[in-house]
Amino acid sequence: MSTPVLEVKNLRTAFRVEGGQLIAVDDVSFSVMPGQTIGIVGESGCGKSVTSLSIMGLIPNPPGKIIGGEILYKGKNLVNLPAPEMRKIRGNEISMIFQEPMTSLNPVFTIGNQIMETIILHQKLSKADAKLKAIEMLRLVGIPAPERRVDDYPHQLSGGMRQRVMIAMALSCNPSVLIADEPTTALDVTIQAQILELIKGLREKLNMAVVLITHDLGVVAETCNYVVVMYAGKVVEQGTAEDIFFRPSHPYTRGLLNSIPAERADGDERKKGRLETIPGLVPNLLNLPKGCRFMERCKRAQPETCSKAEPALDLVGAGHKAACFFPYKEERTPGATESRAEGAAKNRAEA
Amino acid sequence: MAKYSPNDGLVVVNNLVKRFPIKGGILGREVASVKAISDVSFTIKKGETLGLVGESGCGKSTLGRCILRLIEPTSGEVYFGGQNVLGLNSDELRRIRRKMQIIFQDPYASLNPRMTVGSIISEPIKIHNLAQGPEVTKRVEKLLDLCGLRREAINRYPHEFSGGQRQRICIARALAVEPEFIVCDEPVSALDVSIQAQIINLLQDLQQELKLTYLFIAHDLKVVEHISNRVAVMYLGKIAEMASGDDLYRDPKHPYTKALFSAIPSANPRGKKQRILLQGDVPSPINVPSGCTFHPRCPMVRDNCKADIPALDAKAPDHLAACHYSHLVAKELGSGGTHRGSEAVVSTN
Repeated sequence: MSTPVLEVKNLRTAFRVEGGQLIAVDDVSFSVMPGQTIGIVGESGCGKSVTSLSIMGLIPNPPGKIIGGEILYKGKNLVNLPAPEMRKIRGNEISMIFQEPMTSLNPVFTIGNQIMETIILHQKLSKADAKLKAIEMLRLVGIPAPERRVDDYPHQLSGGMRQRVMIAMALSCNPSVLIADEPTTALDVTIQAQILELIKGLREKLNMAVVLITHDLGVVAETCNYVVVMYAGKVVEQGTAEDIFFRPSHPYTRGLLNSIPAERADGDERKKGRLETIPGLVPNLLNLPKGCRFMERCKRAQPETCSKAEPALDLVGAGHKAACFFPYKEERTPGATESRAEGAAKNRAEA
Repeated sequence: MAKYSPNDGLVVVNNLVKRFPIKGGILGREVASVKAISDVSFTIKKGETLGLVGESGCGKSTLGRCILRLIEPTSGEVYFGGQNVLGLNSDELRRIRRKMQIIFQDPYASLNPRMTVGSIISEPIKIHNLAQGPEVTKRVEKLLDLCGLRREAINRYPHEFSGGQRQRICIARALAVEPEFIVCDEPVSALDVSIQAQIINLLQDLQQELKLTYLFIAHDLKVVEHISNRVAVMYLGKIAEMASGDDLYRDPKHPYTKALFSAIPSANPRGKKQRILLQGDVPSPINVPSGCTFHPRCPMVRDNCKADIPALDAKAPDHLAACHYSHLVAKELGSGGTHRGSEAVVSTN
């Protein structure tokens, strides 16, 4: 058993806002082994990006602050690490790819320049050597004619190419941990497939640990070994990809999986029914309901129990945890749909 | 040569072309053009949903807007209920627009932040003179009910609502004039998964209740397949393939469709499917490749594909595809569903 390269323990990150303190990430723990991909999924505002920015030490302070927990990188706590030391790790040993390749690149510098900047800073190479390294990185991520492309400006590249440049930049110092925050959300499916294949290949080649943050459950199923599901700042369920997709325990995980149009099995002529929905909206983090945060949207909720206390993240199987008083025990049958009439009435009531 | 007669469906599109000129030089002459749509023909029957999928820049949104004449097409014909839309003057166009509406992608950008929800929804009612006085409020309330919004919403402003609710407001506004046909331009792309499902269900319920006809544009193939009766796959301004969603999934006749479907990540970690990775990016619509526009990326390209333009022909009943070698797609790129996880089962552990 190898030791985890990155361990997040009881992380809590808060933001000071008008009207009080908003706890965007509340008690999140997970660990990543070298060569493993861990997925963090959830809807917008669930805290998945704040988790990644906390790891990178990029939470703007003020208004944000890590108010509890530890982030251990190879045993070293990154929380409250002095800025110069953090700078040595960030971009060098832990690096990050952002969602918007269009806005994360500086339009007035060539892509070569931008990749070289990291290399010169962390590896103390000469400019000429850094350029060679940049070309090599561009080749690694599959950009054709990298010798010429290295002098291009970001606007001369397509979206997929820019995301490749971002990856080249992130990988230029051989990081041990790569954090990918929605790396393919802005891309088309065929390009998404290329980028995911690329990340997967590089992970194997470089034995990197990858933290993949996404809202797309399909992407998670295809690339991750281990999955963390977040809701309103908390982890509601975590387990292996198998656990999450075939034995989801938390009603929220199940609801998310059921709300994507199902893939019908071959020859299944069943009429497409309604999609299962999760009624209502994500609660306001400044005004959280008492007890379970998901209670108001949950079909299994029993107010007497669920409104009294927040459910703890407990083991429901080997390495599989869920924060629910009434977790599902049976396997999930994908594509379960409700009847149209019953659903139509419900849809009205939802908003 | 018109492919379809004006009464073949509620909406009939024949040989539609849209080119956006690129002007250059000091004289501002046209130096090139973006070929957004080249020679697209299809019909949509009453009560039907036609899905339109394709990667960004393939012309799917332009096509939706050309039908409503929000963008003036370069040439071609559009018929709505037998009437030639492109031949109408502005008065007639306004009248026919009552029957054709559009829902946009971004519910944050398509609602005026200074108008209350009530005035947003009642504006089209007033413009088209469909009701007066207290009748208007009554209608607005009915629309709010229909779209699953509370009646109190009437006096509130768009910023007080979440993305999903705003999209409901947009839908209510589109329905205010009692349209027959709605172009849904990526209506759920900006929403979270659980909210997406609510809106898709709402659109389906409304279709049943009000007998609506949809052109549903999206890049999410799973959503399109779910909601549509027939699906058209676009590539570089042309329809590559058009068939029922089931046929497209089970037996794609165009290598692009096959690759597109194989690229969708499946929410099933056990079923590792065979993936056809397309090389490179979509070519620029300014310099469209010769012959079959897909040939530079096609995994089964032949010599004549570089010169001969394939026609969109029926390869099976109600199954059109524009490929010279559609009979070889199943053989060369793997048969059966691309998206079923029927291939080797690989454990993730």
